[in-house]
Amino acid sequence: MSRQRVSSWGRLSDDEHEIVPITSASAAPEILAATAPGVARGMERSYGDVALNRGGTLWDARGLNRFLGFDAETGILTCEPGVLLRDIQATFSRQGWMLAVTPGTSVVTVAGAVANDVHGKNHSTRGTFADHVVSLTLVRTDGTVIVCGPSENRDWFEATCGGLGLTGLIVSVTLRLKRVPGPWLLAENIAYQSLPEFFSLSDESEAEFEHVVSWIDITTDGGRRGILSRANSTPSPHRSLPRGAAGVGATRGGPTVPFVPPFSLVNKVTLPALNRAYYRLQHRSLGSAVVHYKPFFYPLDAIQEWNRAYGPNGFFQHQCVLPRSVGLEAVSEILGLVAASGQGSFLGVLKTLGSRTPIGMLSYPQEGVNLTIDFPNLGASTLALLSRLDDVVAQAGGRLYLAKDARMPVSLFQAGYPRYAEFLKYKDPGMSSEMSRRLLGS
Amino acid sequence: MSAAVSKGSSSGSAGARGNSGAWPTDVVVVGATSAIAEQCTRLWLEGGASTALLIGRSASKLDAIATDLGVRFPAATVTTLVADLVSPSSISTVVAGFAGPGTPGAAAGAGLTVLVAHGSMTEQEESQASLAAAASVLEVTGVSPSLWIEACADTMSAGTIAVLGSPAGDRGRRKNYIYGAAKALIEAMTEGLQHRLAGSPLRVVLVKPGPTATPMTASMPQKGLADVSAVAGEIVAGVNAGRAVVYAPLKWMLIMGVVRNIPSPVFNKLNF
Ligand SMILES: Cc1cc2nc3c(=O)[nH]c(=O)nc-3n(C[C@H](O)[C@H](O)[C@H](O)COP(=O)(O)OP(=O)(O)OC[C@H]3O[C@@H](n4cnc5c(N)ncnc54)[C@H](O)[C@@H]3O)c2cc1C
Repeated sequence: MSRQRVSSWGRLSDDEHEIVPITSASAAPEILAATAPGVARGMERSYGDVALNRGGTLWDARGLNRFLGFDAETGILTCEPGVLLRDIQATFSRQGWMLAVTPGTSVVTVAGAVANDVHGKNHSTRGTFADHVVSLTLVRTDGTVIVCGPSENRDWFEATCGGLGLTGLIVSVTLRLKRVPGPWLLAENIAYQSLPEFFSLSDESEAEFEHVVSWIDITTDGGRRGILSRANSTPSPHRSLPRGAAGVGATRGGPTVPFVPPFSLVNKVTLPALNRAYYRLQHRSLGSAVVHYKPFFYPLDAIQEWNRAYGPNGFFQHQCVLPRSVGLEAVSEILGLVAASGQGSFLGVLKTLGSRTPIGMLSYPQEGVNLTIDFPNLGASTLALLSRLDDVVAQAGGRLYLAKDARMPVSLFQAGYPRYAEFLKYKDPGMSSEMSRRLLGS
Repeated sequence: MSAAVSKGSSSGSAGARGNSGAWPTDVVVVGATSAIAEQCTRLWLEGGASTALLIGRSASKLDAIATDLGVRFPAATVTTLVADLVSPSSISTVVAGFAGPGTPGAAAGAGLTVLVAHGSMTEQEESQASLAAAASVLEVTGVSPSLWIEACADTMSAGTIAVLGSPAGDRGRRKNYIYGAAKALIEAMTEGLQHRLAGSPLRVVLVKPGPTATPMTASMPQKGLADVSAVAGEIVAGVNAGRAVVYAPLKWMLIMGVVRNIPSPVFNKLNF
């Protein structure tokens, strides 16, 4: 055990925690009992306070990063909780398998992906991460061990997927991987000039492409132009892997933001220029090309620690899903508010989510349109803007993504996640995080 | 000896890192359950080695690693062996078993790489508190690895013998001189073996990893700790290239160059 300062991805806080390594699954019950209350941490790629517990215990199972078994006939993989998605993709894409669902960074643990029930660019066809989990093993702070899955202890499974690490420590995960012809995708970039155009392009793309996502330029003309990317897996036998693409650990490297600049590099002066430059860059690569999965799925992983560019005060990410029926108006309203505020940043993501109801009681996706925007933390003015955006989300009947949240009001949480009361029955009384105290009362 | 994994299908990654020296076909890792050793084994198999023999004290830990490697590299053959790492007779039997005449290790010739990676994690205070504890550190961390490389040098006719020393062996310091002395013993052994084997097809490599972030150090302040997979990458490159001494990360070569040259009257006043 040692005291260390820990920040999550948004770098909004930097508090001391007691880091308690989990050295093996069999040692976990004893370690939990001796050091509770606490919460598990993964790679701290969540933006807000879901994996923080100021002054208290953070269980660290990242050292448990081994594969426990793989069936090459069915694609069923069992692994320890600290295995990184990066490692799964690199190892199995060589053998013709990949994760069915992956978020936009691969530097995430399997347990972290379960605890936030993450989604990818293919929600309409593949659902969330939990849709591909066959079973999980949980250890509670009272020493109980629970194995659960879609057909075994289903209630525990629904509570744990998207359960924010609060139902028990995940010590192993069994997943079903997806057959792929290799690590390549046939990807296409298309520019759009208006929101209605985005929606029709998106619908048309969903019918033919597994992966669909768009980058929206939120600083030009109040935000309405962008680039939509869509892709399907493709066999590409004539290509060799890019250097380092196959590697365990070979994924390190690439430029790093070497220090925290004293102010945000993303500001009113740089932003419009950044967005215009990015738009032009992408515009040049319109059309289709065969690309490796890394730049397509994980473009931001190429710059390590890019989150430092927002300066010492960190940044917020506002990610919401809005029902399709009011999606166009609500998205326009949010973009209008952001434009009027002069805040907002380089990262704007607009994509549609499919109709599949997620497994988890607190899973994020619902049918509609997802809008994600980063905001450098400028203090009160940023908080005021975010709360105006919350009002739009509440009115539209949408919800915010907990993996990105550091500040939503309890009322918006309860309205967005009506199963929260049911969830509380499964919460481990010995597990508590900044987020659980803020939104769930303990 | 338990045959852990051997399945069909090809990994297709042979020779992926072609230009960082000769890639081994067969690796033997003594003390295979240490985090650095485990990462090195992954990298060797990833780069195209086709067999790995993992030697250690704990059957369950060895099996967990062999299973993981089997999933990662289905085309490779991974075998485990539980052995007494300290007793001289056990050492010579085991080395004869993997590198003696008629063994696959002997057949591999220059393709065989042996990494000797074990040591004791005992804290200085503990080993300073009793002579018995100090003796155990010297034996497990210094004498035993030295005997392993000596046995390998006597048995192998080609290939690479690598052993984990430490920057701590470069100069005794009050914070860890017992461990450091054990590592210094290894250093003198490797120098002697390099001298003895100069011009032969057998290479001896001394590896000096700096402080590394591993599950064992997860509860230590992480500042300044190197990432274990990055350290392993440098070790594997250096061992494949057959360099005499490999500091990983390289900065420790500079740091220890300075530390070694501080005059004693000054050095003894420093607190580190
Ligand atoms: C660049 C970037 C892009 C992203 N893109 C997407 C995206 O497209 N879609 C998406 O859904 N998300 C996305 N995310 C968010 C990210 O996928 C999630 O926040 C993910 O959960 C982070 O995993 P982690 O390993 O970092 O866990 P942490 O953030 O450290 O923790 C997340 C949760 O997991 C719990 N946890 C960790 N380990 C255990 C364990 N062993 N047992 C029980 N609970 C545990 C923690 O308590 C916490 O509740 C993105 C994040 C970044 C930085």
